[in-house]
Amino acid sequence: MIIRIMGEGQLEVAESAIEELNKLDTRLEAAVESHDEPAFGAALEALLARAREVGTALPAEAIEPSDLILPREGATIEEVRDLLGDGGLIPG
Amino acid sequence: MGVMKRVSTIFRAKANKALDKYEDPRETLDYSYQTQLELLQKVRRGVADVATSRKRVELQMNQVQQNTDKLDRQAREALAAGREDLAREALGRKASVQTQLTDLQTQYANLQGEEEKLTAASQRLQAKVDAFRVRKETIKATYTAAEAQTRINEVFTGISEEMSDVGLAIQRAEDKTEQMKARAGAIDELMASGALNDALGGPHDDIQAELDRMGATSGVDAELERMKAELAGSSAPKQIGGAPGAADSVPQSGPSFSKDQPGPGGA
Repeated sequence: MIIRIMGEGQLEVAESAIEELNKLDTRLEAAVESHDEPAFGAALEALLARAREVGTALPAEAIEPSDLILPREGATIEEVRDLLGDGGLIPG
Repeated sequence: MGVMKRVSTIFRAKANKALDKYEDPRETLDYSYQTQLELLQKVRRGVADVATSRKRVELQMNQVQQNTDKLDRQAREALAAGREDLAREALGRKASVQTQLTDLQTQYANLQGEEEKLTAASQRLQAKVDAFRVRKETIKATYTAAEAQTRINEVFTGISEEMSDVGLAIQRAEDKTEQMKARAGAIDELMASGALNDALGGPHDDIQAELDRMGATSGVDAELERMKAELAGSSAPKQIGGAPGAADSVPQSGPSFSKDQPGPGGA
């Protein structure tokens, strides 16, 4: 599967590693929903670190759509909400 | 559904919406290529912009550093002259200027980080744009409209994803540099007004003025002493009715005269 880390580029990640990333992603989503900034920061950091660990970078000239997209390192909850397009209280 | 999946779904939806605008999907390729070139220009301008801001902060850092050094020197001078109160004042100012320096250093590191990220993004985008140009020509030449559709979808989604990503990075960098510019402008103004730190030996430097005044005072005292000595010296031989040679020798040999020379110069 191809994962994009925004601001960094794309990674090729083995199918077997996705489940683990999904677990980390669920934590991230929960933090976004509950607006828990510290938990969000930690969850994003963990998810990005793991994705970089299990993934191999795609060459710069590859033009592939990503299966999954991760917010950039250091992103805020607001930024992620904007990305998700639900900016407000009602989750899309 | 998870953040990762949701974000990618939204990116894909955006790409599809853009694709739907065209009757013949192959038109998308040319249009998209134009947009890519424009974005590439914008990224390059963004890199230059951030670099300019970074340079400006660097200049300010140098100025503030000079002020710190100067205040330090003044404190030493004041202390040497036995003016602890003045030295304390100079050191107090030095501390507040140093806070500015720390702040500027943080800004500098921030801008450097943005610049690096943007440079990397610009290189990545350049590589992708080059690859896209080749793929686009192949698709247009080799495939019928129907066959091209799926390939275009893939290529277009891939590149538009990259473009949104880079676009967001530029926007962020622009926001950051705007903030920096505003702050840098404010610091420039403060420096110019002398409010921040009596910067750069301007006319507002009262610590230096005090030190100068002290230097001048001690110079005046020394001269007074010298004159007193001179008068005492010259009147004494006259009373004795001494030769004019004796009067001549007093100002020349007076050790206080040569001592005065470095006095005002060093102050």
